[in-house]
Amino acid sequence: MSPRVTTPSEDFLRGVWQENPVLVQLLGLCPALAVTNTVANSLAMGIATFFVLTGSSLLVSLLKSWIPREVRISAYILIIATFVTMADMILAAVVPEIHKALGAFIALIVVNCMILGRQEAFASKRPVGRALLDAVGTGAGFILALLMIGTVREVLGYGSFLGVPLFGETFEPWIIMILPPGGFFTLGLLLLAFAAWEERKVERVHPRHWPHGVTVTVETGGDAHG
Amino acid sequence: MSTRLPTVEGSPEGPENDGPSTFEAPARTASPRLVATLALAGALAGLVLVAVHQWTQPRILEHQARVLQEAVTEVLGGPESTHTYFRVEGAWTARPPADADTASADRVYIGFDATGAPIGVALAAGEPGFQDIIRIIFGYDPGAGVVLGMKVLESRETPGLGDKIEKDSTFVAEFRGVTTPLIGVKAGRARGDDAEVHLITGATISSRAIIDIINHRLEARGEEVRALWRSGIAPPPTVPADPGGER
Amino acid sequence: MGELIWIFVSAMLVNNFTLVLFLGLCPFLGVSAKVGTAVRMGGANLFVLVITSLTASFLNAWVLPHAPYLRLISFIVVIASLVQIVEMAIRKLSPTLFRELGIFLPLITTNCAILGLAIFQTNRGYGALEGLSFALGAGAGLTLALILMASIRERVELSDVPAVARNMGLVLVLAGTLSLAFMGFAGLFTT
Repeated sequence: MSPRVTTPSEDFLRGVWQENPVLVQLLGLCPALAVTNTVANSLAMGIATFFVLTGSSLLVSLLKSWIPREVRISAYILIIATFVTMADMILAAVVPEIHKALGAFIALIVVNCMILGRQEAFASKRPVGRALLDAVGTGAGFILALLMIGTVREVLGYGSFLGVPLFGETFEPWIIMILPPGGFFTLGLLLLAFAAWEERKVERVHPRHWPHGVTVTVETGGDAHG
Repeated sequence: MSTRLPTVEGSPEGPENDGPSTFEAPARTASPRLVATLALAGALAGLVLVAVHQWTQPRILEHQARVLQEAVTEVLGGPESTHTYFRVEGAWTARPPADADTASADRVYIGFDATGAPIGVALAAGEPGFQDIIRIIFGYDPGAGVVLGMKVLESRETPGLGDKIEKDSTFVAEFRGVTTPLIGVKAGRARGDDAEVHLITGATISSRAIIDIINHRLEARGEEVRALWRSGIAPPPTVPADPGGER
Repeated sequence: MGELIWIFVSAMLVNNFTLVLFLGLCPFLGVSAKVGTAVRMGGANLFVLVITSLTASFLNAWVLPHAPYLRLISFIVVIASLVQIVEMAIRKLSPTLFRELGIFLPLITTNCAILGLAIFQTNRGYGALEGLSFALGAGAGLTLALILMASIRERVELSDVPAVARNMGLVLVLAGTLSLAFMGFAGLFTT
């Protein structure tokens, strides 16, 4: 099974949309749902994760020839944990209010399956430049997903965006959106919406004109929305 | 339907694998080399973290001290200076011995006015509310037996309902000048007692939690604080230190 | 004692690890298709949670006061080793169980619930006994959420759900309704 050679832009774009870590691969859901009740928090968590992902991918790719295969997972986890601890301390020192809002979930970046997954699947096997592109793409995809969820939750749950009120005094906020069920509903409905959209795309490209009684299942390319 | 389970050890095959390593390695690295590599990595990681820690700790502590100072000032009604008193071996002191374990010691913050007379004692406490633990700080005048003010430090109460304990300024103002022990009353049931605090409609449990926190805290330490107050406290002679960083 | 009970009930119901705190979602979504597997996963999680809690209490009390910035690294190293040991023990003691759990055991390592427990326990300053109560409640809550979700999903599997909705989106919406139901536990054990 030799993977076909991918172009740099493919390595980058793949993480942003087609293999979006949250919306397609369903990784890193804990932070994606827990801190997305406001857009500011979503952005902060996304950036912190981005920092950890790119830093550790860079380091893993640089050091890949020195890390013995048997202890590679432990080594990756050590590297990731170091970056996360750094991010935690830096956030606490520079933006203490946001650090308090994100709370324990900053530390939980270390168990974000997405990061370890990228090291194992990509950074440990590719040159530094590609690993960096992959990390940046995946990180950007993560931020994008978090922003999507966060926007829905803040607009409906607080009636504001980044703290700026959008609707007038008469708007009754949908409190449920900033509570835990709201997180589940938002992501769930987003995924259902994507699945429905994919289904339509398939229908348009391969319209089903088959004789009565014959069912055809169509494989949708490489991605897996639903 | 595809549910991509995150691969951790990199092996979807699971049980067919034998031993902790997940692929057949063509040549095994010698154990000492493995240990040495991990040890080296650990040491380097430690060094980096120590460096970042040195750089960030002062700012973090300074911010924590500032937040605490603001809270104490707010609940005591604007004292000129404040000092932290630690409870070491049953006695309250502003200057604990060097070997005392101040990190886990109970503490109160005493505020003094410009003439050096004490104006009140601020105590922090926390107890479970409706959703989770609520942490508050409140000012107390042991001489008059009166609460001077209350501020919520941490709460996870329901937004829009329970979080009124912080957001409803009328409720917060109820705590100024109320006699201890506090009595919570629902709207319309007040009898005009000095010790009454009106509970927030729709958030009675969260409101009652605050009242309970204050009452319980004073039950536990009230006697000692009153004794300390009666013994006559003056600000410690040296340059006022910031109230100890809350950990 | 009352406080220990509150910690247990809070971790299991009021602040359920999965449905309120959003921890342990990977196994929750991945393993909850069948009640049998859900029960076993819950049990494995409970076991690892209890051991993690005890170890975290020990580390917090004796080792980490000297180097607080190494907390995260030491926690994760301990958890990873624990899971490795549990995996080897299960393989020896019950190969059937091992075959059923398969990949999910290593998943416990990167399970936010385990590390989350260690971190929450530290932040709240729990001692060994409180930590134990916390871990038992958390494990019970995780198992409860898993079993509930698995029961629902087994029925959904047999229901007339449109093909476009037969995916994780539906599972998440179902989780949302469960979470909504669990909101009803707030205020339990208060005056």
